[in-house]
Amino acid sequence: MAVNLQTLSKRENLLAGGHRACAGCTGANILKQVMLTAGPDTVVGNATGCMEVVTTIFPYTAWKVPFIHTAFENAAATISGAETAFRALKKRGELPVAREKIHFIAFGGDGGTYDIGLQSLSGAMERGHNMLYVCYDNEAYMNTGIQRSGATPLGAHTSTTPVGSVHKGKEQHRKDLTSIMVAHNIPYVAQTTPFHWRDLQQKVEKALSVDGPAFLNILMPCTVGWGFDPAIGMELAKVAVETNFWPLFEVENGRYRLTYKPKEPRTPIAEWLKPQRRFQHVFRPGNEHILEELQQKVDDDFARLLRLCEATAD
Amino acid sequence: MEQRYVGLTGNEAVATAFKQARPHVASAFPITPQTEMMHKYAEFVANGEVDTEMILVESEHSAMSAAVGAAAAGARTMTATSSAGFALMWEVVYIAASLRLPIGMAMVNRALSGNINIHCDHSDAMGGRDSGWIQFYCENAQEAYDHGLMCWRIGEHPDVRLPVMVNYDGFIISHTAESLHILDDDDAWRFVGPKRQDVGYTLLDVENPVTVGPLDLTDYYFEHKVAEMAAHERAPRVIDAVYREYGELTGRVYAPVERYRLDDAELVIVVLGSTAGTAKEVVDAYREQGVKVGLLKIRLFRPFPAEAVAAALAGRKAVGVMDRSASFGGLGGPVFTEVRSALYRRPDAPPVHDWIYGLGGRDCDTTQIASLIDQLRDVAAGKELDTVNLLGVRL
Repeated sequence: MAVNLQTLSKRENLLAGGHRACAGCTGANILKQVMLTAGPDTVVGNATGCMEVVTTIFPYTAWKVPFIHTAFENAAATISGAETAFRALKKRGELPVAREKIHFIAFGGDGGTYDIGLQSLSGAMERGHNMLYVCYDNEAYMNTGIQRSGATPLGAHTSTTPVGSVHKGKEQHRKDLTSIMVAHNIPYVAQTTPFHWRDLQQKVEKALSVDGPAFLNILMPCTVGWGFDPAIGMELAKVAVETNFWPLFEVENGRYRLTYKPKEPRTPIAEWLKPQRRFQHVFRPGNEHILEELQQKVDDDFARLLRLCEATAD
Repeated sequence: MEQRYVGLTGNEAVATAFKQARPHVASAFPITPQTEMMHKYAEFVANGEVDTEMILVESEHSAMSAAVGAAAAGARTMTATSSAGFALMWEVVYIAASLRLPIGMAMVNRALSGNINIHCDHSDAMGGRDSGWIQFYCENAQEAYDHGLMCWRIGEHPDVRLPVMVNYDGFIISHTAESLHILDDDDAWRFVGPKRQDVGYTLLDVENPVTVGPLDLTDYYFEHKVAEMAAHERAPRVIDAVYREYGELTGRVYAPVERYRLDDAELVIVVLGSTAGTAKEVVDAYREQGVKVGLLKIRLFRPFPAEAVAAALAGRKAVGVMDRSASFGGLGGPVFTEVRSALYRRPDAPPVHDWIYGLGGRDCDTTQIASLIDQLRDVAAGKELDTVNLLGVRL
């Protein structure tokens, strides 16, 4: 189904306004966009993290669909239980309201997905539940005060990898979670951003239409954690794609496909790093090697992605 | 009502009871000695004896998380674990009770690591005594079976809505074949009945969406905990009613505490779990010698039946509590502290002493319990004794 702004504008916004996300938060926008396509017959789970905290302070909730939060590391397992209950009750004709299909979506930040929730996620994907897991990846533990995570890029300043006279931010590259999810051989895995709304809508639609589990990794520029003007969050999502730092691609039944080809020649990674306070030190004399290493990693990863697209094409 | 007299291990007995309750969802991860319970259950499912959807997870943390998700979606949900498995679940164990989800759990008691030990003690379940779950401790396969049926009626009752843990001792009960009476599937189903979908909430009612497990801060959290406490205050009435109905149905009449040769007893042993069976033998032997000793078995540990315990123990000459778990650095084990606290400020409160025993599956034989009774006789005669003592350990 073609997605355009006209049809989107007619859909119900299932994430009510008035939640407590920061000004300029792109995460709340991700939730809203995913739910526009998922629709009201959806059960949502959320790992502990920013999005859970800002949408559900008792006695208020921003969620117009059934929602459950239990803990940090178990959003996938929790939603897998709800999805199983749906099948079990449906089989016995005991559903509280008759539905042929209900979507089950678990949201988690990078902390709850790349790190503490990885085992729970891996188990749920392997078991083949009809569920979509959406990681909103803002590249650190923002909810607890911007500590480094497995998704934090090399060189980034965080509360636990501060830039000092000896150490210059995080000293390891980020984990490639999307590839880990591809290795689960689930029907659908994709990366997108909230700026590329059409791409995001199409991917959510595909993810919810497959038989079995699906995984979306969505880059979420964080104004507080990355240190940028709240007005430019979406712009940073766009530049992340143009620099090849966050390529838009999908893996459907093992087939890789770029869903957007960045303009040639590719934008240097420095363009993405410059507006972010967490990377300011990489532009200072003596730290050039960090910038070079970041650029090299982006180039290598993108080349590998292109090879995978070619190798798995029809 | 006609019942079948069968030979089953404790694990098989509880698997049978759970099957007869027809849970929608079972979520579990293997750990000794719980494993055979889930093997048996998986066989029932494989043979079509029950249509439960199995979630065979990658850890106990996920077992309890998936159970919470399933129960929040309105499913009658079962799980089973032991020892370290329960410890790994622990965070979500509290959440299950806080979200008021009547999950049924077979808890096959085993020592906690370290060092690693697969045999029975109660350190696992006692770690969850404050988690908000109802806890039963069973003496044998019969009790485990019966509570495996009754737990659904209790936990799912509108006045309770709490998860229930049916404890039975690892290997001693779980792996020992015993003779017991079981109900036919149809009779059991008539007793348990389907899970009411109009009690509590369900995530699957997409027309009436509910937010479960929100951030709950200084202004409301406390009241929600008080509501959970109130559910525990209401539970005993429901438990009594279910015990009564089950007793009329089966002839097996239960109570939160069991009084054994207690009426004229001067010395009393307080114990829970399988050790009660051994202790009853010793009580009988001493009774034959004219020693007025009796036994109080605590079957329901949460909510703690403080009134019944105090009433049973007040006015005795000496009471010995047996704790199959240690509370390191504490004044006695968890059973002892509850029992003595229940007697506090009663003018006729007897001297109460604690015996830590059976850790890591150390066999508790009749000679150990006899020595406990001998020491109680000394206490009754005015002899001083340490508050906390050890049984069956090399020193």
